[in-house]
Amino acid sequence: MEQLIEWIRQPWPWYVAGPLIGLTVPALLIIGNKSFGISSSLRHACAACIPAKIPFFQYDWKKEIWNILFVTGIFLGGIIASVFLSNPDAIVLAESTQQDLIQLGITDFRNLLPADIFSWSNLFTLKGLFFFVIGGFLVGFGTRYAGGCTSGHAIMGISNLQWPSLVATIFFMLGGFVMTHLILPHIMAFVGF
Amino acid sequence: MKVKENIPANPVECEAPNMGKSGESGWKLMRYLVVGVLFGIIFVKAEVISWFRIQEMFRLQSFFMYGVIGSAILVGLISIQLIKRLGIKTLGGEPIRIADKEFRKGQIIGGFIFGLGWALTGACPGPLFAQIGSGFSVVVVTLLSAIAGTWVYGKYADKLPN
Repeated sequence: MEQLIEWIRQPWPWYVAGPLIGLTVPALLIIGNKSFGISSSLRHACAACIPAKIPFFQYDWKKEIWNILFVTGIFLGGIIASVFLSNPDAIVLAESTQQDLIQLGITDFRNLLPADIFSWSNLFTLKGLFFFVIGGFLVGFGTRYAGGCTSGHAIMGISNLQWPSLVATIFFMLGGFVMTHLILPHIMAFVGF
Repeated sequence: MKVKENIPANPVECEAPNMGKSGESGWKLMRYLVVGVLFGIIFVKAEVISWFRIQEMFRLQSFFMYGVIGSAILVGLISIQLIKRLGIKTLGGEPIRIADKEFRKGQIIGGFIFGLGWALTGACPGPLFAQIGSGFSVVVVTLLSAIAGTWVYGKYADKLPN
């Protein structure tokens, strides 16, 4: 038993995590005919809390309450994994990535997210403006405009052989490459790294 | 029995639709909470919620995220084929239905915009929730901003090219 817990505490390899994530697709379908998708929860939050008579938010969000429960579960899973199953060691990162990020001004490689960026003290600074406010806005606006995110398009859509989802996924990746290689260095310099 | 296919996606309805005919309430809905919990644990334990892993991915310096997403798609694809070919039904006995995704310009423009945000925040919507749960409470701000972004899209949806 102790060995099992010890094994679970280690970071899981991709060939364990990927297939388990993939199994979410049939699990949700078989439990109750639900298509896997997460960004929809953000839309349901709007429809439930701030619909403001906008047609896009006029639908029976209560029918989609399962999706809200699903993301609440993801939040709780995050708590459980970090409290009971956390890996005591620092994240193992590709040497080249670490070098690139040091060049950009990142110094803290202990946790899953760099404390240089993701801390409350950055909230009312340029760092917070770019990484939380603008970054979050792009994620919410972009996923809804695209009609889905990594789960709804890349995993659920491509699994179901939907070519529009493949197009969406290609542009997700393209946006990420452009940000990482062309824009991020300028943002990092601008916000004071 | 053949599984019903090609149900047109209603543009007003959501993109991860509830295709269940019968209503679910109370403890039955809790099953989705349980799946979510397991999913959240996988997210954290595989470190896919890590900003660093996303940087590795977009810098093409690690195979890890490609392995995760690729194998998830492969398992999803095999599962859906099995469901369709074997006519597997839901636990409640309904035929399984999956809506088709319609092509819109939004998948190009919106997809690109999401990609920019993905590399900046190191998170797609799912990992946002897991990041908050695993103690990075400031990501609540990112989540609220993502909800705001969704709202702004909804407000101007009919004025954007689509």
